[in-house]
Amino acid sequence: MNWSVVIPMILFIIVVFLVGIYASKATQRSDDFLQEYFLGSRQLGGFILAMTMVTTYGSASSFIGGPGVAYTVGLSWVLLAMSQVVTGYIVLTVLGKKFAIMARKIKAVTLIDFLRERYQSKWVVILSALSIIIFLFSSMAAQWVGGGRLIQSVTGLPYLSALFIFAISVLVYVIIGGFRAVAITDAIQGIVMFAGTLIILIGTIIAGGGVDNIISDLKAIDPGLITPYGPDHQFSAAYISSFWILVGVGVVGLPQVAVRAMSYKDSKAMHRALIIGTIVVGVVMLGMHLSGVFARAVMPDIKVGDKVMPLLAIKVLPAWVAGVVLSAPMAAIMSTVNALLLLVSSSIIKDVYLNYIKQNASHQRVKRLSMGITGIVGVLVLIMAIKPPDLLIWLNLFAFGGLEAAFIWPVVMGLYWKRGNAYGALTSIIVGVVSYICFSTFIPSPFGMHAIVMPVILSFFGYVAGSLLTKDVDVFQQNKIISKFWSV
Amino acid sequence: MVKNQSGKLLVDPRYKIANREAIIGIILAVINFIWWFAFAFGLGSKKVADYHYVMGLPAWFFYSCVVGFIVITILLIVAVKFLFKEIPLDDMPDQDRGDHK
Repeated sequence: MNWSVVIPMILFIIVVFLVGIYASKATQRSDDFLQEYFLGSRQLGGFILAMTMVTTYGSASSFIGGPGVAYTVGLSWVLLAMSQVVTGYIVLTVLGKKFAIMARKIKAVTLIDFLRERYQSKWVVILSALSIIIFLFSSMAAQWVGGGRLIQSVTGLPYLSALFIFAISVLVYVIIGGFRAVAITDAIQGIVMFAGTLIILIGTIIAGGGVDNIISDLKAIDPGLITPYGPDHQFSAAYISSFWILVGVGVVGLPQVAVRAMSYKDSKAMHRALIIGTIVVGVVMLGMHLSGVFARAVMPDIKVGDKVMPLLAIKVLPAWVAGVVLSAPMAAIMSTVNALLLLVSSSIIKDVYLNYIKQNASHQRVKRLSMGITGIVGVLVLIMAIKPPDLLIWLNLFAFGGLEAAFIWPVVMGLYWKRGNAYGALTSIIVGVVSYICFSTFIPSPFGMHAIVMPVILSFFGYVAGSLLTKDVDVFQQNKIISKFWSV
Repeated sequence: MVKNQSGKLLVDPRYKIANREAIIGIILAVINFIWWFAFAFGLGSKKVADYHYVMGLPAWFFYSCVVGFIVITILLIVAVKFLFKEIPLDDMPDQDRGDHK
């Protein structure tokens, strides 16, 4: 075992763990357990808000999968990854203050709370809760596999022990600490991600003998590596641009990101988060993917994409610095997993159990159940991750697209279009998810674009058509909703 | 026209500000996309032999991804500092301008 690499990672895990446990104290003190456990009592400041949004969104694929692909296809993949800069500001501007204000009016704690009040429909709630539970569960499993593999490749421990180390270090503080612990540990993880990115990029440039040198080496390996189309002209402009939907503006529809857009304290926090978030996401995406590309010039013979980053760090940096840098993907994975875990358990407790099974559960019971379910979900994911499915990045993207297609319009149109109603939302969710699954299975790139594009367009029309066709069905209820959400 | 039982709906005045900021966000995204696309595929479609290089990077990449990111960050900072308003988010009790009929 390479101790000088492993020790900084262990230290990092211990620090995160302790801070998470410390943050959990707020949960014990709070009067409103659900608001605190699942939303941190809407007290996030600008810096923590920015970090928790970026780190929730930036996952294993930003640090391991993405740079691995960039290694193979060159600068075109960095170009594609840079479509993610928009996520730094689009969520907080489009959902924006309106979402924060409306969520406060109805005291929403989860995204589904908002949908339930806005559409007053049992089916909207059930379908949304189901999509969250199914999709996020599978994407969580992929992240755990990533976490386990990373520890495995750095420490040389068997996969199973690696997975357990990872699981325990996340589970404990999420279960006892809830949202606040998650957000605060996210901030530490974000700092590590940011610093790690800069270090590895600079280290790689030095190892490769400067940018000029690296680029001419790449040109010699394959000129396609430095074009926006990739080797053999394998990507079209339309294909690369369509990632603006999948990993760019579509992120507005991701429940784990959207819920953060109602967790901030005040306008000032949101303003700061916009700027900090955009800078951090831009630097991390540019730096990590560029390092992946440059790695090809430094170490041209790596076969497995997922190994590029760990090997690169160990090669170009002093051992203990490599340990610090390799904590960055660790941080990315932990911070995504903790958010997903909490969201899945909030859907089960808050959206299903308290809505339909037992509405007047006692405070103590809710508290015990929340922690219990969070734990059980965690253990279930752990079991799933023991026998890992391959292709981490694609599994993750599938869940991603499905959720975006399901939620983007019910959330966005629900905020801005008074006439949007439950029928529109239902149509939109069903059309979105079903057509996304069909497209990705049967016509993965319609018109040369990624499969996400058509479902997002179709679900938009589904929403509008569904709402307009049924506008006379329940005028009284619609007016009640409008006055609740829009009036002074 | 949307009405509620009591006649005309008094829309929360904060929504005007919120809507405006959402539109600013979308405009920024559009500028971001156009910048990114135009430099990448405008300059990048040349033959590799004809590429120019800035700070060692191919010019298309430098302008699209590096400069583009810096430009959009500056625009965002300007927009937030000068166009975004600080408004209370909590549910206001009726002390606000509910006085007009």
